[in-house]
Amino acid sequence: MDLALAIFPQVLMDGVVLGFMYALIALGYTMVYGVLEFINFAHSEIFVIGAFVGVEVLLLLEASGNLAALHPAFILVVLLFAGMALSGLAAVGLERVAYRPLRGAPRLVPLISAIGASFFLQDFIRFIESLWRNTFYLTYPSIDVLEKTISLGEAVTIPVKSILVIATALAMLLALYLLVNRTKVGTAIRAVAQDPDTAALMGIHVNRIIALTFFVGGSMGGAAGVLFGLHYSLVNPYAGFIPGLKAFTAAVLGGIGNIPGAVLGGMVLGLMEAFAASYLSILTSGAFGAEYKDVFAFVVLILILIFRPKGILGEKVREEGV
Amino acid sequence: MKAVFFGLGLLVYIALSSLTVIYYPQSVIAFLFFEASLLGIYYAPLSFRIQCVFTALVLLILMPVLGSVNGYYLEVAIQVGIFVALALGLNIVVGFAGLLNLGFVAFYAIGAYFWAIFGSPQANEFIPGGYFPLSASWFFVFLLLSVAVGALTGLLLGLPVLRLRGDYLAIVTLGFAEVVRALVNNLDKPINLTNGPRGITPIQRPPLFFEPLLRLLGIEADPATLYPLYFYFLVLLIVFIIVLVTRRLEDSPVGRAWKAIREDEVAAAAMGIPVVRMKLLAFAVGASFAAAVGVLFGAKQIFINPESFTFMESIGVLAMVILGGMGSVPGAIVGATAVTVLNLQLLKGLSLWLNSIRQSGLIIHVPLLGGFDLSQIPAQFEPAKYERMIFGLILILMMIFRPQGMLPPRRGGS
Repeated sequence: MDLALAIFPQVLMDGVVLGFMYALIALGYTMVYGVLEFINFAHSEIFVIGAFVGVEVLLLLEASGNLAALHPAFILVVLLFAGMALSGLAAVGLERVAYRPLRGAPRLVPLISAIGASFFLQDFIRFIESLWRNTFYLTYPSIDVLEKTISLGEAVTIPVKSILVIATALAMLLALYLLVNRTKVGTAIRAVAQDPDTAALMGIHVNRIIALTFFVGGSMGGAAGVLFGLHYSLVNPYAGFIPGLKAFTAAVLGGIGNIPGAVLGGMVLGLMEAFAASYLSILTSGAFGAEYKDVFAFVVLILILIFRPKGILGEKVREEGV
Repeated sequence: MKAVFFGLGLLVYIALSSLTVIYYPQSVIAFLFFEASLLGIYYAPLSFRIQCVFTALVLLILMPVLGSVNGYYLEVAIQVGIFVALALGLNIVVGFAGLLNLGFVAFYAIGAYFWAIFGSPQANEFIPGGYFPLSASWFFVFLLLSVAVGALTGLLLGLPVLRLRGDYLAIVTLGFAEVVRALVNNLDKPINLTNGPRGITPIQRPPLFFEPLLRLLGIEADPATLYPLYFYFLVLLIVFIIVLVTRRLEDSPVGRAWKAIREDEVAAAAMGIPVVRMKLLAFAVGASFAAAVGVLFGAKQIFINPESFTFMESIGVLAMVILGGMGSVPGAIVGATAVTVLNLQLLKGLSLWLNSIRQSGLIIHVPLLGGFDLSQIPAQFEPAKYERMIFGLILILMMIFRPQGMLPPRRGGS
């Protein structure tokens, strides 16, 4: 029991970091689902693109000797913006090539196309990195400031990395909130989500707004990718699948199409997973351990979909046939 | 007159392509021409009986002969057969009933582990007494049992999830497959059921019950040449049975009910079709095919581990069904053959070819761009490792340009 108490703050911290990460990715799923009612399966690869852009920028800075010379805050800002811009553009391109031609087709058609896009992008990233670096398992160069920890009291130490993830995620969520609720384009996004036909009649360029939604969702995913890379260091083209699936779970958990729901769902899932990973082994005295944390997330997904498919905060999708 | 002409033409083609394979046993292209003869038979305007005779000639006689020239072709044929059977199973779920199942590989894994655990010493880990491995003749019992086990797991998964919307169903089946894989991967403790990531080996192969007969006929064959042929015929038999069952189901009231649900669930329910029961049946039938093939796969490989049952396999089978045409039996067969041949032969061939030019160290001069040193092609770049890209492209391109597939099902009265 002592051990369980001793690791509690650490586990809580891990859970919160994981939760924000899932929340940022889940936003991409939920926003696209809001406007198009379809699961953008390739969003996990948009996230990985962010992680790869981050590592490439850092490696280029390192190679040119600027990594130590420039201010770390400046580097982080550049990293985030580069990751967000490229991921956002990739999401827009994806929509244009693989989804827009299929608008109006039966529900499963764009989903299958999205699965195809996801697989294609995984190997495409691998292809590019293989040609460029001759390997596709990359490691983030370390930034000294991020390796430090801040200690609060005796037992609790907080890595700067975790603070970075939490602070960035909060800033992005605030920005998204303002964008969606306080601006004209935000109103347009909400209008398209509610009823695209009427929105078009009101003079909204529905295609442009859908592209914008993909850009915003994609850039959130890209930011999550950069943060993921900074926090866990290792990236490979296939690293998006499991986090993507969990973020989707988070989106469904909160209620798909619902932006605050995605954040709540991400947080709940992140915390549950962190606690399951650490305490399952203590509770079952070692019989089942952290290796079941992925199973845990999927079981949660299956259970919510069966018992409460509308999620905690309720989904926001159009009524069919209205 | 036309039929005689076509028949003779096909015979000449089959003879020529088989001879080419015999003379150039290493040529992938020759073998592809041989494989294409099956398509020719399917499309030729011949009577059904003659088509059957031709197909039997190619599959039952020529293929084993060519397989004895180059054993790899037999291996390719077995793999093709396994994937054809899987694609036919998924075709029932996705094609007939319109339920997107992204976790199809889970049932395949369940079948494979079902025989692997009891057909190897693995079961001794949790059942004391040293009864295992079961003797080889149990293979056939397990093959039959696996149909029931597959159907049962299909029902168990289907019962809670079949009320979900189509896209949610897809994700839940995906989650289910990941749960199965994670369980298989981790159930080496507290009780060692699956031996975890190390996998299970050696798995019993099916019994050579016909060996006395062969000896009577004066044929002395060693197991190394006998087993591939044996598995080839076994796969062929299973595919034959599955095709027969699928065809019969397709034209039965059940098949029509599936298609009605696929086209419009509400209308189907209004017409009195028990929607949930029919969906469950589709899930169970598809799952039982996959489990039976899984048993065969385990016995053929002798060794299985969780790596063989990843999400990619599910998507690969889905790509096969979609390439051929959802809801089309010939489509599923052609799709599975095309994708497997592409993976096993074309991409590997391309990899070997790239390797050879890399080693040749040639330098190609392109105007304006300068010279390219071919030995500089990164070693990481191997077409055979880009299966996902191929699957992905198939899925996207088919959805955009030809969602009905290469050989779409015939509509209307059958």
